[in-house]
Amino acid sequence: MEAEENCSGTMIDANGIDEEEEEDESSLKRSKPITSADQMDVEAYASLYSGRTKIMRLLFIADHCENQSISLEALRMAFDEIKKGENTQLHRDILTKIDGRLGPAYSLDQAWINAVARRAEGRKDKLENELNNYKTNLIKESIRMGYNDFGDYYYAHGSLAEAFKSFARTRDYCTTSKHIIQMCLNAILVSIEMGQFMHVSSYVSKAEQTPDVLDPVIVAKLKCAAGLAHLEAKKYKLAARKFLETGPELGNSYTEVIAPQDVATYGGLCALACFDRSELKNKVIDNINFRNFLELVPEVRELINDFYASRYASCLEYLENLKANLLLDIHLYDHVETLYSQIRHKAIIQYTTPFISVDLHTMASAFKTSVAGLEKELEALITDNQIQARIDSHNKILYARHADQRNATFQRVLQTGVEFDRDVRAMLLRTSLVKHDYNLRAAARKM
Amino acid sequence: MDSVETVIAQIQGLSGSVDDIIHLNAVLNQADEILQSQAQRLGPFLEQLDPSKHCLGYLYVLEAYTSSQIPKERASDIIRTIVRYINSCSAEQIRLAPEKFVSVCRRLKDQVMLLQVPIQGIAPMRTAIRKLQPSTEYLTALHPEFLLLCLLAKCYKAGLSVLEEDIFEADHPKDFFLYYYYGGMINIGHKRFHKALEFLHNAVTAPMSVLNSIAVEAYKKYILVSLIHNGQVPSFPKYTSSVAQRNLKSYTQPYIDLANGYTTGKISEIESCLETNMEKFKSDNNLGLVKQVFSSLYKRNIQRLTQTYLTLSLQDIANTVQLQNSKQAEMHVLQMIQDGEIFATINQKDGMVSFHEDPEQYKTCEMIEHIDASIQRIMTLSKKLSAIDENISCDPTYLAKAGRERQRFDIDDFDSVPQKFM
Repeated sequence: MEAEENCSGTMIDANGIDEEEEEDESSLKRSKPITSADQMDVEAYASLYSGRTKIMRLLFIADHCENQSISLEALRMAFDEIKKGENTQLHRDILTKIDGRLGPAYSLDQAWINAVARRAEGRKDKLENELNNYKTNLIKESIRMGYNDFGDYYYAHGSLAEAFKSFARTRDYCTTSKHIIQMCLNAILVSIEMGQFMHVSSYVSKAEQTPDVLDPVIVAKLKCAAGLAHLEAKKYKLAARKFLETGPELGNSYTEVIAPQDVATYGGLCALACFDRSELKNKVIDNINFRNFLELVPEVRELINDFYASRYASCLEYLENLKANLLLDIHLYDHVETLYSQIRHKAIIQYTTPFISVDLHTMASAFKTSVAGLEKELEALITDNQIQARIDSHNKILYARHADQRNATFQRVLQTGVEFDRDVRAMLLRTSLVKHDYNLRAAARKM
Repeated sequence: MDSVETVIAQIQGLSGSVDDIIHLNAVLNQADEILQSQAQRLGPFLEQLDPSKHCLGYLYVLEAYTSSQIPKERASDIIRTIVRYINSCSAEQIRLAPEKFVSVCRRLKDQVMLLQVPIQGIAPMRTAIRKLQPSTEYLTALHPEFLLLCLLAKCYKAGLSVLEEDIFEADHPKDFFLYYYYGGMINIGHKRFHKALEFLHNAVTAPMSVLNSIAVEAYKKYILVSLIHNGQVPSFPKYTSSVAQRNLKSYTQPYIDLANGYTTGKISEIESCLETNMEKFKSDNNLGLVKQVFSSLYKRNIQRLTQTYLTLSLQDIANTVQLQNSKQAEMHVLQMIQDGEIFATINQKDGMVSFHEDPEQYKTCEMIEHIDASIQRIMTLSKKLSAIDENISCDPTYLAKAGRERQRFDIDDFDSVPQKFM
């Protein structure tokens, strides 16, 4: 799928994109030999997802993409997608965003809204009647189904909070572990849409605690949801683990939340940012399950391999090319900068570790940056104590620094002694003050 | 009129044995009012008494005598009398009437301040402290007065002899705060910043239920000295009284701003802060310290460079620490090498500075001795600590409290339902 995206750069003209824009892009492309998804193919991207997330992702792209034509294209597809559903509120919202830029075909469809509303009214009444009926008869299974239907109904109409409540209510009527898992999955789905990732992780753990969760597809779904929750909580290492553990059975079964391509990208980037070399090798590169995902996004596979093989220049280049698209991802955009800087720092640290001395010119060319810029980056890392080295700015060489344990120990011992001395004396003084009720008199004197 | 003479006669009669003196103290306490009322004409009677023999009596009379208005031309006479008395009096007798002694000493201070010769008061005041305090761990009311005189006379060295003793007991809160505040200032005068920090820290973190301005001033200086010495202001330790934690910051806003500017490491930040708050610093008499903070930032920035670089050109140093030119950078580096704050050599031909590691190898005899001394010091301290611990564990009130708590705990153990749920 992603491969399609690569060659789609040329197809975009057919989709009615400004000639000028395209020229800019192609001039950019020339400067970067390994170009991948420079231009985003919205259609290909959208086809990876289904349901509400498809709409939300398209809207997100429309909001965040600076390229007018892409943004309009996204809006157009989102509009069409909304029409297939029953969410009238979204319909109104998107129209204010489109603002008449897509011609008369994309304007307020009052008839549709009315029809949807009427149908919704009828359905709601029916559901309510049914549910009340079940409740009086105390048939557990039917009550559960009733609530579930309510949840689906609210979800389709965009009242997420109500949907979440309905799904959560089914909990009391779950009789088998299968029901519980269904309830959890529904709750997770709605919480992800709401952006309530605290709920996500709690329902994931609830689902994982249920006995005999054997279906590998469900396990994979849960892992993905947990990974997303960790990602949003900025726990990148845990997120990486979860994504890496996701089984290949996931396939296209969870497109209402996440596409398998995303698993590769999220997992790969988080792993790069947080894992050390051996972990990277064991858990990512040698991971047969994850390899299936990586095959879907060759860029990420290449950049991980490049990173591991210390071909930092090409690795960083891949990253740079991916960046524009990642910034348009609804889940990842917030974390791109952090992850990128972490990856870059890791690359620099990894580059310097095996050497006693490193020539800054060579290193700068390996990282495709200037010597002065590299010096600044190194300075920051050394100050942060992430690299034990010092820079010989005269000869432009980085020397590793080996701390003298003995001297350091002496220093620390003396320091600790001084601190202990000071603290104990201050403490004794305070004890005696407290003992003599000094505080009370201080107050009395002042009054 | 007769009564004064009787009192004098009693003093002369009852200055022999210990019992007599205790009796005399009671008599004098009653006669104090008479003495005070006759203050003006006590001068000649003093002549009849011998400060070393009739120590206690002399003290009462002297105190009453000096309590009246003293004309300026007689001030130096009074000073001489008091100094002679302080030098010859006996420690046991004055401790029977410490308030009187303290008040006489305060008069001495007032007089030397009036004549603007604070230096004259220093030596007698120190003698007075030594005679008054039962042990060197005891803070007398005279400590702050003594330090104040030292500060005014700029004799910081003289102050150190007293400051070096650790204080563990104090009577009056005001004395305590003033002592640590002045002590901090004297240490600042000596540029012994770590000591100064300790003193000011004590003043700031002392238990208090109402904020006092001494603590506020101490906190201002504490911020400045922390910046000079450590480059950052530590947050309050948790034993600091809540009043201080809550309110001190709002009273010292310009200083907090300065500290925040300092942590960014940018000279320009501090400069702007200095400009806006110039008046405030000036009126607080802290401008000198603020300027030291200012120059310490250059030093700190250069020191940071030594962590990251082996060699660096003077021009680069000047650029990174925001000095005007390489010449100034050279001066700063040179000064720091001289003061032993960094280890480096300057290569004037290329305009490069090479930074070295700390050459201290911890192998010399001096270092061993220094370590040994530290160990000894801490051992003494540790002994004191365990003695106090023992003391507290024998303290009846403590035991009663601890016992009560233990008992409740035991009931919890046996009861199936904990008490708090019943």
